[in-house]
Amino acid sequence: MYDGGKIITGLIIGLGLLFSPFIYNAGKAAKTPEPVLTKKAKQAKECVAPKAFMKEWHMQLLDKWRHEVVRENKRYYRPRELASKMTLDHDLMDQWRYLVSIGKRHYIPSDDKVYKKSVEETCFDCHSNKSQFCDECHNYMGVKPYCWDCHIVPKESKEKE
Amino acid sequence: MAIDRREFLKIAGASAVLALGGKEVVDILVPGEVEASMKDLPIGQGKRWAMVVDTTKMDDNLIKKCQEVCHHIHNVPDLDSPKEEIKWIWEDDYEHTFPEQENEYVAEKIEKRVFPLLCNQCTNPPCCRVCPTQATWQREDGIVLIDEHRCIGCRFCMAACPYGSRSFNWGDPRRVMEDDRLKELNPDFPANPDYPTRTKGVVEKCTFCEERLAEGKLPACVETADKIRKGALIFGDLADPQSEVRKVLRERYSIRRKPELGTGPNVFYII
Amino acid sequence: MLEAAFKGSKKYWSWLIFLLAIIGVAFACYLYQFQEGLRITGMSRDVSWGFYIAQFTYLVGVAASGVMVALPYYIHDYKAFGRITVLGEFLAIAAVVMCLLFIFVDLGNPVRIMNVIMYPTPHSILFWDMIVLNGYLILNVLVGWNVLSAESKGIHYAKWVKVLAYVSIPWAFSIHTVTAFLYAGLPGRHFWLSAIMAARFLSSAFCSGPALLILICLVVRKVSKFDPGKEQIRTLAGIVAYAMLINVFFYLLEVFTVFYSQIPEGMHPYIFLFKGLEGHGRMVPWMWIATFFAALSLILLVVPATRRNEETLVVACVSVIIATWIDKGLSLLIGGFTPNPFNRITDYWPTKPEFMIALGVYAVGALVLTVLFKIAIAVKEEVRA
Repeated sequence: MYDGGKIITGLIIGLGLLFSPFIYNAGKAAKTPEPVLTKKAKQAKECVAPKAFMKEWHMQLLDKWRHEVVRENKRYYRPRELASKMTLDHDLMDQWRYLVSIGKRHYIPSDDKVYKKSVEETCFDCHSNKSQFCDECHNYMGVKPYCWDCHIVPKESKEKE
Repeated sequence: MAIDRREFLKIAGASAVLALGGKEVVDILVPGEVEASMKDLPIGQGKRWAMVVDTTKMDDNLIKKCQEVCHHIHNVPDLDSPKEEIKWIWEDDYEHTFPEQENEYVAEKIEKRVFPLLCNQCTNPPCCRVCPTQATWQREDGIVLIDEHRCIGCRFCMAACPYGSRSFNWGDPRRVMEDDRLKELNPDFPANPDYPTRTKGVVEKCTFCEERLAEGKLPACVETADKIRKGALIFGDLADPQSEVRKVLRERYSIRRKPELGTGPNVFYII
Repeated sequence: MLEAAFKGSKKYWSWLIFLLAIIGVAFACYLYQFQEGLRITGMSRDVSWGFYIAQFTYLVGVAASGVMVALPYYIHDYKAFGRITVLGEFLAIAAVVMCLLFIFVDLGNPVRIMNVIMYPTPHSILFWDMIVLNGYLILNVLVGWNVLSAESKGIHYAKWVKVLAYVSIPWAFSIHTVTAFLYAGLPGRHFWLSAIMAARFLSSAFCSGPALLILICLVVRKVSKFDPGKEQIRTLAGIVAYAMLINVFFYLLEVFTVFYSQIPEGMHPYIFLFKGLEGHGRMVPWMWIATFFAALSLILLVVPATRRNEETLVVACVSVIIATWIDKGLSLLIGGFTPNPFNRITDYWPTKPEFMIALGVYAVGALVLTVLFKIAIAVKEEVRA
């Protein structure tokens, strides 16, 4: 091979760099995330949307809320109205039904709740243990949302609830 | 987990559709009900919010308390630096509040008076005209807002504002929690956990407490001023002829800052 | 053609390495700024735009000046300029690259820069600035590269290249007009609120850009076998002369309006710059140096003997660049923000990291210019061999 030495050396270095993350982490399995619910969250029994839905799409929900609150001043959210709207909006209906089915939970908001669309006042009201809840999955997935640069994370006490 | 082709296609379709749009997940409004319950609150829905400052009732202490409350509930840091300072409402004298009112022989009592300055929430705001991303825009009710998620920090709005109302986060505002000297000035920063701080590289300013208006509460400075001296700051809807602001403007002479520029400022000063 | 950039003398490579060293240090400074925020610069709540935007403004002028070579050649069939249109276009490319970099380093949130494209805002002049600058960059790359490529192959360039060249001519005028509109439409800044801003910007561009091009051409003549040509340099000198005359005239028109009307808001920035105000006088010596060099350049450019003599021409061109740079790259921004809307004065001066980052951007521009010119010269040398 013409210039064989240089090519092989280059290949070794290149492939080494390419596979270095895997080589570095060889043999170590990351622990599956186990988010912990606070007492308040357990008492609430239901989130603003079904669990399976929130697991996958909470960021899209937050994005939508952000747009509606900041730019349109529409600050309140009512899950029951959404459930009834489902029959009209086929796009959402199929998605929602499928997710509810794999979550194996039939979601009807137990009373006519109205939530304020606010991370600090609604989400963190129940899920005030970011390090044991949000961070569990985020760290596992290597996701670093920069929301916390501005939005204030509740201070956590050292004892588990 | 066994999955047949139909299920797989369903999942793929669902993911694709939702991924492509951040779709209309929760297309929910709560019209009517929430607003109706706001009937007996200090303030309801407005079409053109404005503030009237009765400068005859102003003094250092009142303006200072207003600034304290405003900066407290909005997590505005005290950076102790005229270069980097962030201020939503502050005090100045006649000469510097109304520099275009050149008057060597202005009345003594006016010369000594103090004035609160804040964003004028102009009807025709040059800042909104120049923003390249519509991060700052004017809402239907007249309030000029800043979407801190969208601001790229180009500071064109600061150049366009004729009133110096806007402040920029030259550094991370949360550094007051790390620096010893600044920690003393900001002992419980962020003082309001229900309101976000900002990040470095974005512009901020007074928002007429739009988050409070949404719940039927008056802006914090107005509420505070009311407790110290009733009528010092009056807030209301210019579009409503029966509102307090319209009443007081009908009865007493008011001036605005640099009105000749056509910005239509909505902060009126009763002299 | 690109391979010509990799074959050079020791001088060529030492120059590139020198530039890369500056860029390296500047990049480290930028990382520091990215981490700490723009507080490491001299900018403040009152003077919220500074050295970076000033350099951007100056360089848009230099970029626009490419049209002063293209226009006579394409529109007036001044064949002599055919030799150097590519050089003018390559200078424009380097200048626009620097403009875009200066905007980038000035942003508070540069990671969100795509918001300008994701949320198009036609009523914002910055939006149009983004469009015209990038468009101009693409135009110059396409035209310059294709013309040079055709020249290297000894064939005539394709027709569409000529169409783009024609488009680039009014486009060049537009980029600096749009940049002037950034300033000239702001109701609160009386130093800038003048209809003649765009005209002043253009006249200042058309003397500073060609002056720089003349100097670069003389360097090219010295370091390579390609001679841009005596006639070409003479004509460029004539263009610089007229443009500088108009530039100074327009400036004096502004001074007349401001001082004859005696309106304080108009006068204060000029007094601050040329005399000092309330004890702040840092800009004063700079303004009078600029005035001196402007006068000197006018004398040397207007008198035919000194304009034709290449040695005095060099002095004239350097004087033009000093005077226009102090005017646009320093006083324009500072004067616009001083005094502030409350009639108070906040001093501004670039800090060391700020200056280093700016120097780094200039070094990137010099690097782009060197590489492009190396390629152009290699082609032209070969064709004439």
